[in-house]
Amino acid sequence: MSSRDLVLGRIRRALADVPRGERPEDVPVPRDYLATHSPADAVELLAENLADYRAVVHRADAAGLPGLVARLLAARDAQTVVVPPGLPEEWLAATNAARVADTADLTPRRLDAVDSVVTGCAVAVAETGTLVLDGSPDQGRRRITLVPDHHVCVVRVPEQVVDSVPQALARLVPTRPLTWISGPSATSDIELDRVEGVHGPRTLEVVLLRE
Amino acid sequence: MSGTYLGMPAFPVAAATATADGRLRANLTHATRTIRGKRAAAVAELPDWAALRAAGAAVKDRTLRHLDTYLTQAEEAVTAAGGTVHWAADAREANRIVTRLVRETGEREVVKVKSMATQEIGLNAALAGAGIRAYETDLAELIVQLGDDLPSHILVPAIHRNRGEIRDIFAERMADWGRPAPEGLSDRPAELAEAARLHLREKFLTAKVGISGANFLVAETGTLVVVESEGNGRMCLTLPETLISVVGIEKVVPTWRDLEVYLQLLPRSSTAERMNPYTSMWTGPGESDGPRAFHLVLLDNGRTDTLADTVGRQALRCIRCSACLNVCPVYERAGGHAYGSAYPGPIGAILTPQLRGTASEVDASLPYASSLCGACYEVCPVAIDIPEVLVHLRERVVQGGPASVGGQRVRLKPARGHAAERAAMRAARWALDRPGVLRAGQRLAARTRRLHPDRLPGPGRAWTDTRAVPEVPAESFRDWWQRTGGGREAGA
Ligand code: SF4
Repeated sequence: MSSRDLVLGRIRRALADVPRGERPEDVPVPRDYLATHSPADAVELLAENLADYRAVVHRADAAGLPGLVARLLAARDAQTVVVPPGLPEEWLAATNAARVADTADLTPRRLDAVDSVVTGCAVAVAETGTLVLDGSPDQGRRRITLVPDHHVCVVRVPEQVVDSVPQALARLVPTRPLTWISGPSATSDIELDRVEGVHGPRTLEVVLLRE
Repeated sequence: MSGTYLGMPAFPVAAATATADGRLRANLTHATRTIRGKRAAAVAELPDWAALRAAGAAVKDRTLRHLDTYLTQAEEAVTAAGGTVHWAADAREANRIVTRLVRETGEREVVKVKSMATQEIGLNAALAGAGIRAYETDLAELIVQLGDDLPSHILVPAIHRNRGEIRDIFAERMADWGRPAPEGLSDRPAELAEAARLHLREKFLTAKVGISGANFLVAETGTLVVVESEGNGRMCLTLPETLISVVGIEKVVPTWRDLEVYLQLLPRSSTAERMNPYTSMWTGPGESDGPRAFHLVLLDNGRTDTLADTVGRQALRCIRCSACLNVCPVYERAGGHAYGSAYPGPIGAILTPQLRGTASEVDASLPYASSLCGACYEVCPVAIDIPEVLVHLRERVVQGGPASVGGQRVRLKPARGHAAERAAMRAARWALDRPGVLRAGQRLAARTRRLHPDRLPGPGRAWTDTRAVPEVPAESFRDWWQRTGGGREAGA
């Protein structure tokens, strides 16, 4: 007998107490929790929660964005910036940091030598201060927001902002590779003191872009 | 110790040593106190916590009662997404499968995301036996691995170590595993984290094989979810060419939507955060994003035996948040190693003897490693009634009865006259001799009372001769805990 049949057989025997004919839907799941905790201003709450987890929050409009991005990169003395294939060109119009394309031959080691990354975002969750990336062309592959030490993420507000986790899941496509980011990398493994920056980017800057 | 709990003494013996270790107690007390306060605040932010908790329990109950349906659905979805699904009836089989898969890649090194399942089955030792080196990449797991030590907490495996000890471990051992610790390393947490970053980066950039567990597996879509903080998880899940995930069969949830419940319950319960820094979700191998080969190993290893017990089944709801450890007065004093398994604390006390059976002395003593105060139940985000299961398992140890072992229905003999019984009684005495812990245990006094005079044989009878069954006190556990600062002022 295959282990698959063995385990499934054990499960069916173990569930002898479950009436034959009971369907999964017959086991009630109360869903009276809230779909949103209804923040008065989701964008403001997002900014607050992002900052609470040590992300640096900036605001810009379309005209101001290229200058802001250039300043953020210059402030870190970024010589190189990795760019997802579908990032709007004008976002980087004012910086002279050298572009590195997110292509298949970009090895982890080469990526490790890149200073910064600029991406868009799929959804941002106000109640938890979370950015979700789904690998769309303006966000690129998962690795590019992981290996460089500095991540600038541009969130279009208010349209990309949802109140809550339930609302975020409803907007996302499960088959895409998804990365949820809440503040920069952190650990609490040493005496439960929170320390930012272990393996992911140590600096996360979020630009709330009002168009 | 080298990463195995085999040969561990029974809980009371281990606990007696651990409670005498002042440094361990200080480390634990500091850590669990910190997290308790933060967690309460994070939970209080959500007015619908009780409703989320009820939904979290109900979704798992639905899943467990129809586990075969959901597992086959998950298998189909993962396969359709390009992954390969393997089934492992026990630890040996899981280790064999993973070892073979690594061998087939031709690699001798793997990077690992912290995983309770692989700890449970002793995967690292099995891989080492096959000449494959597994690098733990979670900071706490790294501390444990470098220190040739064992994890003592679900979430913070090195909780028993303070910063000075961690510094010494890094300074002495990092060189044996790769890049040495920087010269003049201090014990500042930021500096220690930086040393880990530098040490591990080499591994991440070159690793061809990653091994992980998963927090959730969505049956409907075949999506796996890993929740973490440091980014080591993202590294292991993203950069290697091959990814192997070892996942307990109880980790499945029916639908994508169900994640909305657990992604709210888990971070607040475990690290007391609104959301953990990183969550990765993947459905099969990515075309150009992430590993090109993905293997899912579905692990039984005693879970079906646990499922067969209608009282004990609820332990399989556990989402490994570790909240029950942090509120447990027994855990706080005894430390995680005393429980003799990958799962310490209250959940370990009910899960381990179900996964492994109660034949060994340490496993038979685990249901007694509790004061039945009920704090674990109150804090559990999926409402596992841990005290109820403890009492049930005590009955099984002392009285015997029907159980499922290795998938077979058996009738266990009472442990009368057996070493396990003596171990159990010593454990009971250990808790009962401590007035503070005992006083904390009154929530279930009525439930356990029937066990005391009638059913405790041998030493138990002697115990009830000289001590009255405690009366239910006017003061609740919570009040007591707060008033006495966790028992310290009560001499517990
Ligand atoms: S038993 Fe409950 S509180 Fe304990 S780790 Fe599991 S889910 Fe968390």
